[in-house]
Amino acid sequence: MRLGASRVTRRSLAAVAPPVLLVLALVGIWEIYVDAGSASSFVLPAPHSIASAMWDNAGFLAANLLPTAEEVVLGIALALALGFALAVAIHFSPVLRRAVYPLAIGSQAVPIAVIAPLLVFWWGFGVFPKLVVIVLICFFPVLVTTVDGLAAVDPDQLKLLRTLGASRWQAFRLAELPAALPAALSGARIALAVGVIGAYIAESQTATTAVHAGLGHEINADLTALQTPRAYAAAVVLFGFAIVCFNALALAEHRLAPWASQPRGDVS
Amino acid sequence: MERAGGDGVAVQRVSLTYPPSDPRRGAGVHALAEVSLHAASGELIAVVGPSGCGKSTLLELICGLSTPDGGSIECAPAVLMPQRDLLLPWLNALDNAALALRIAGRSRVKARERAQLLFAQLGLEGFQDARPHELSGGMRQRVAFLRTLLSGKQVLCLDEPFGALDAITRAEMQAWLIEALAREPRTVVLVTHDVEEAVLLADRVAVLSARPGRVIGELEVSLPHPRARTDATVIALRERALALLQDGGCVSEPRA
Repeated sequence: MRLGASRVTRRSLAAVAPPVLLVLALVGIWEIYVDAGSASSFVLPAPHSIASAMWDNAGFLAANLLPTAEEVVLGIALALALGFALAVAIHFSPVLRRAVYPLAIGSQAVPIAVIAPLLVFWWGFGVFPKLVVIVLICFFPVLVTTVDGLAAVDPDQLKLLRTLGASRWQAFRLAELPAALPAALSGARIALAVGVIGAYIAESQTATTAVHAGLGHEINADLTALQTPRAYAAAVVLFGFAIVCFNALALAEHRLAPWASQPRGDVS
Repeated sequence: MERAGGDGVAVQRVSLTYPPSDPRRGAGVHALAEVSLHAASGELIAVVGPSGCGKSTLLELICGLSTPDGGSIECAPAVLMPQRDLLLPWLNALDNAALALRIAGRSRVKARERAQLLFAQLGLEGFQDARPHELSGGMRQRVAFLRTLLSGKQVLCLDEPFGALDAITRAEMQAWLIEALAREPRTVVLVTHDVEEAVLLADRVAVLSARPGRVIGELEVSLPHPRARTDATVIALRERALALLQDGGCVSEPRA
C-alpha cells in the first residue's frame, strides 16, 4: 500500500503531537510553579534556567554523554548476549533451570553498593566494572522474556519438525531460536529502561580517573556543588538518550523480526 | 512379515490406550481397538469417523510418532501433515515448502531449486516470496502440502487438511490435491470427518466407530477422477458411509 505524502505527514504528526504536547504542558506547569516562588532554585531549578545551563554547557554535557552512552550501549549488548545464552541453557537443561533461576532472581536484590568496592578492587577505575554493574541490572529482563519466548513455541510445530526428521539442534535453530529473538529484543527494551539508571548507579558507585567521567558522575558532583540547573540539564540529556535508544531497539526488532511486529507502544 | 507392496501401509489389529492423566481416576482413554487398515502402493485411502474416534492417533502411529499397545504396523517411511499448516512465520512460502530438504542437509540454494520446480508445476508460481501471513488459508495448505511432499517419504498421512477451509476453497483444494498426486504419486492416508470429501478423493474409504475407534466398514470407490459430488455413485457411497457412521454410534455420542 502506498500512502500519500500528506497522509504520511499527518500520521507522523499524530504520532509526535501527543508526547510533545504533554511535555510542553508539564514544563509549563513546572515553570509557573517555580516562578511563583514555591521552591528554591537549588532544590528545583526552573525549566528556563535548565535550558540555559544546557546551552552554556553543551560541550561539557556532550563530552560526558559519550562515556555514559558507551557504557549503556555496551552494557545492553552484553546483557542481551548473557541473558540470551543463559535462557537457552535453562531451556535445554532442567537442572540448570533449577540451579540458575533462583540465583538470577536473587541477583536483582543485591544492592550495587555492596559489591561495588569489590568490582573496583578487581577491575580498577576503567569502564569494565561499570559494565558489570549495568549487565547485572539488565540481563534479567532479557533472561525472563527469552525463557518465556523459548517455552512459547507451539509444541505441534516441534512435532512437525520431528516428523520431517529434524534433530533437536535443527528444531532449535529453525523454530525456537527465531521465536525467541523478538522476545529477547523486547527484554532488551525493558532492560534499556533500567539500563540508563543502571549507568548512573554504576558511575555513582565506582570511582573513575577519566576527565569526563560520565553524566551520572557529573550529576552527583553538580548536586554536591549546588549546580542544580546543570544537574537537571544532564538528567534531561539522559532522558532524551533513553528515548533514542528505545526507539533504535524497536527499529532493530522490526528489522530483525518483522514477523513479530505488531502495533506496540513505541515512543517517538 | 508382510510388506504392503513395498510402499504401502499395513496396519494389523492395532490398539492404543492413553494412560489417564491422574492414575487414581479412570482407566485412561481407549483410543483405538484392533484397527486394521491396508493401503497398496500409490493408493489413497480415506479414514472417516466421528470426532474423537482416534483418527489422528492412527496417523501418529503410522508415522511412528507413538507406538501401539498391541498389533503391528508395517509401512514405508511416512510423514504427517497436521491439521494446522504450522508454516514458520519467519520463512517465505518457498523456504517453508523446502523445509524438509534443508533438514535433510541440502544447501538453501539446492532446496529452493527443488521446491521451485513443484511451485511452478502445482500452480503456486508467484507466491514464492510471500510470508505465511500474506497467504490465504487455501494457499497456506498448499504450501504445507508441498512441504509434506518434499519430505521425500513415500507415505503421506493427511490429517483433515481442508477441515478449516470454506466450502468453495475446499472444493478447489480437493481438485488440486488429486492433480498434485497425479504428478507426484504417493501412498496417502487421508483422515477427514467429511464423508463426501472421502468419497470424492479416495480409492477406498474406511469408516471408524466412535471411541474406541474400530473399523466398521470399508467402501471401494472405483470411479475415475474428476468425480462430481452429484454423481449417483458418489451420493450412494456417501449415504452408505453415513449410515455406517450412524450405526457406529457417533450420533448418540454426546461429546464432539
